[in-house]
Amino acid sequence: MSKHHISTTINGEPVEFLCDTAQTLLDVLRDELGLTGSKEGCGSGDCGACSVLVEGRLVCACLVLAAEVDRCAVETIEGVAQGNALHPLQQVFLNEAALQCGICTPGIIVAAKALLEKNPDPDEEEIRFWLAGNLCRCTGYDKIVRAVQQAALVMRSA
Amino acid sequence: MLTYNKPTTVDEAVILLQQPQHAARALAGGTDLLVELRSGRLAAQGIVDLKRIPELRALRAEQDGFRIGAAVSGAELGEHATLKAMWPGVVEAANLIGSTQIQGRASLGGNLCNASPAADSVPALIAAGARCTVAGPGGRREVPVESIVTGPGKTSLVSGEFVVDFVLPAQAARGGDAYLRFIPRTEMDIAVVGVAVNLTLDAAGVCTTARVAVGAVAPTARLVDAAGAALVGTTVDETALNALMAAVRAACAPINDKRGTIEFRTHVAGVLAGRAAKIALDRARSRA
Repeated sequence: MSKHHISTTINGEPVEFLCDTAQTLLDVLRDELGLTGSKEGCGSGDCGACSVLVEGRLVCACLVLAAEVDRCAVETIEGVAQGNALHPLQQVFLNEAALQCGICTPGIIVAAKALLEKNPDPDEEEIRFWLAGNLCRCTGYDKIVRAVQQAALVMRSA
Repeated sequence: MLTYNKPTTVDEAVILLQQPQHAARALAGGTDLLVELRSGRLAAQGIVDLKRIPELRALRAEQDGFRIGAAVSGAELGEHATLKAMWPGVVEAANLIGSTQIQGRASLGGNLCNASPAADSVPALIAAGARCTVAGPGGRREVPVESIVTGPGKTSLVSGEFVVDFVLPAQAARGGDAYLRFIPRTEMDIAVVGVAVNLTLDAAGVCTTARVAVGAVAPTARLVDAAGAALVGTTVDETALNALMAAVRAACAPINDKRGTIEFRTHVAGVLAGRAAKIALDRARSRA
């Protein structure tokens, strides 16, 4: 059987690719398109390291078939910074050292950005519940939660 | 080679799913199917993505309640203010499934047809008296939600059949529902016990109807008629709640595993039934 020909938009740019049914969106992003910012942690939707937006909705790219995103808008961590200008979340995560190994960071930034676009002033509990599907195994969550709160403050005062 | 099709009509989907030996599997949010696929356990030779069929993605208020497409995501349910106001228990149950990311995709149709005994939305839908539209080679039929799952991983759907949508009746003027589950942690876990209660009151505050359903304590979610009957004709006082708890415990036939022993699951089912009934009661009173 021939491959599926998929036309999509990734971070605002039109992209076309070929894929097999069994390839996930994460497989295609990383292995076919060279967008390696989205990480594969568990591959089963538990860790959130592959968080992306499809049609504006936060999802795990490992639980989406690449063939499903035909004519859909996909947003990844690569689209978060504007050129060389980091997004406030990225800048605050750096300033506050809210990461160690960094594997979970792209997913957390993408997920936190989606939260702040929905709720510009979340309290700690809202942040912890929203990010419950983003697992970090080294920093611990306190710095991450504080960084999201601080980025929210920066974004509100911008 | 695994095929992938994305029909845009129900009839087209029925034909694609009507392959010999159930060779094709229906895909909604994929939060269970993709895990199966990735682990190499998926026996199917084809995937039929139902999300391009408009009926499966529609969520609308109707004269007599709501019609919810089988592939509508949990996040969409949670954002629907009028649905949440009328059926808070159903929406809370659906929103307990997985993380924010999972909520972006997971659907009522998938939660039901995956046929896990621990599916959170299923007891809530059963308690609410929800029905679902099943499409298949023989046309369409509307059946109660509790008639779909027959055992762990098994449904009453035949080759070519799939759930198109759910019909939730209008909640009574003095009606309220609630769903509670027990998990060993606070988030991101699978129910060890789940209980849903849906009840209505008359003007004097006497319970006129009650439906109670349990999950994760039997091979399928169960409607417990005796538990509902324990509340009807009462003001849902302590005596009635004790009778409810006893009836729920009598209906439990759980597994025994490291996440919960038989004794524990049975005991907790009663406790959660009592608590869910109190929440449903408060909601029924506040809607009056």
